[in-house]
Amino acid sequence: MRTNREPRPYVNPYVVGTLLGVVLFLSFFVTGGGLGASAAMSRVQAGVLDVVAPGHVDRVAYLAEMAGGARSPWAHYAIYMLLGTVLGGFVSGLVNRRVKLETRKGPRISVRARWGFALLGGVIMGYGARMARGCTSGQALSGGATLSVGSWTFALAIFASAYAVSWFFRRLWT
Amino acid sequence: MAPFDLASSLGPVAYALVFVAIGFGFGAVLEMGGFGDTRKLAGQFYLRDMTVLRVMFTAIAVAAVLIALATSFGLLDMTRVFVNPTYLWPGIVGGLIMGVGFVIGGFCPGTSLVAAATLKVDGIVFLLGALLGVGLFGETVGSFQGFWLSSYMGRFTLPDLLGLPVGATVLLVVAMALLLFWAGGIAQQVFGEKKPWAEVRREPTRAGAVLAGALVAASLVLVVRGQPDPEARFARMGPEVRKSVEERAIFVDPAEVVALRKDIAVQVAILDLRDERDFNLFHVGGSRRATLPDLESPERLKLLLDQPPTTVTFLVGNGEAAATTAWRRLIAQGVPNLYVVEGGMNRWLERYPVDACVAEPVASPDGGERQAWRFRYATGSTQPAAWPELTASRSFRSPCVEADAGSHGDVHHARAWPAHAYTKRVKLKSKAAVKGGCG
Repeated sequence: MRTNREPRPYVNPYVVGTLLGVVLFLSFFVTGGGLGASAAMSRVQAGVLDVVAPGHVDRVAYLAEMAGGARSPWAHYAIYMLLGTVLGGFVSGLVNRRVKLETRKGPRISVRARWGFALLGGVIMGYGARMARGCTSGQALSGGATLSVGSWTFALAIFASAYAVSWFFRRLWT
Repeated sequence: MAPFDLASSLGPVAYALVFVAIGFGFGAVLEMGGFGDTRKLAGQFYLRDMTVLRVMFTAIAVAAVLIALATSFGLLDMTRVFVNPTYLWPGIVGGLIMGVGFVIGGFCPGTSLVAAATLKVDGIVFLLGALLGVGLFGETVGSFQGFWLSSYMGRFTLPDLLGLPVGATVLLVVAMALLLFWAGGIAQQVFGEKKPWAEVRREPTRAGAVLAGALVAASLVLVVRGQPDPEARFARMGPEVRKSVEERAIFVDPAEVVALRKDIAVQVAILDLRDERDFNLFHVGGSRRATLPDLESPERLKLLLDQPPTTVTFLVGNGEAAATTAWRRLIAQGVPNLYVVEGGMNRWLERYPVDACVAEPVASPDGGERQAWRFRYATGSTQPAAWPELTASRSFRSPCVEADAGSHGDVHHARAWPAHAYTKRVKLKSKAAVKGGCG
């Protein structure tokens, strides 16, 4: 993707938050469910595994629930939402001239180190997201808006833990 | 009334497109806010950039206000909206793990999608890592299944926890968000921009002030309006629910109740709404006495809402009127698989009469909520008619037969009930189909 011109500035966070709140509300209003990404990710993972090792998927209860036997993990609303999210991010990036093959990182680490930490962080995040039955969007955001107690304690736990460990990883970002 | 049953009202393509459209809005908004840039996200945890805090809590507050407004005006049926069930400790431990992952990886799953969509290599790598992590969880959850399913509290919301109305809770959430924005703005200037205290701007930004005003005003409307009571909610529930009363789809013949009691795939719960006297005189075996205010208390309602999808609950009075009123109110509060025993206990005793020496029919039953049988004494559930599905039991009493000395303690046989013809009415329904992103 060639973008010769400067990217446009980001929109005011309160405006973005309001828009996000409206999208979230519409999701609840129309479908009865909130936003999210991690459910779709675990379906993608189960779907890929189902091609590679279908016998294994059928034996692990957690995976069989999504992709066991003749069940397809792909024909599911979470997958459609994931496709939409990628598409929406891409179109907004295109309009705002931010689609560019690059690596974003802190000033003091190399690109390779950033990739390594991104991978590690992704593994931890994916694991935690399933443990908590949802990611930041599925639990904290959607559950927060429907005033679920578990989602609020979850959101507090994320922020508390991130602030508690941020000092140890300051070389990554500052 | 929203939310809509998309799976049955739309074709598969339109159904998929609705979710693609919602996802599109989600992705586009995240990207506009800078959530595809890992530095902006990580900056939150070094107090340099408050974007994450502002966007997230603005979105939560705005959505919470809009949802509560929609339910307050009767546009949205909250009982059919998915609320993340609370598994307290797995949620907290998962959150603690994710906090570490967030600082190391610089994304959460949703934002990494947007980063990957705008070709940020770190986002793509994170996404692969997240898929691995999700897979790793699937492989290992078997070893700590007990913990993962622990501290389950069901659908448990802040209004339940605080004992406050929804409007007041939303106002508190808004107030908390505004306080966080204000404190976050100051923290960013002090720690991120290293401004001396004298130069720190303490008044809110213009966008912040406008938002604050709108949110507070809307929450005050919520506090004043309140949420509709069950009767009002029932009135808005759509024609199919009212039709199910008019066409008698909710009234189940005692014979069908008995048939279901024999069905091992179904659990039958019978809630007896009559007063204690009538209940003691005769009640269906295993039924429990309940009053409507009891059933509507938060603890009891939660139990009713949390029943497994294979449970059918029947309400029964002497006639149908009291049970139907209770049915309307409980249905409006989302109790699933709820039915009324057709004709009430009076019909039950017509179908499955007790011995003539125990009770006899009242000469002129008024057809209403009065017991149509005059009992000589309280039988509880010791009459065979209380357990028509059983052929014999030690607890059955046959007082009308001259007791011979040896029979005490023997198994008493029930009479053979005639097979009553009935129209099947019970249709088991499982709960909300769309659970949002957490699946």
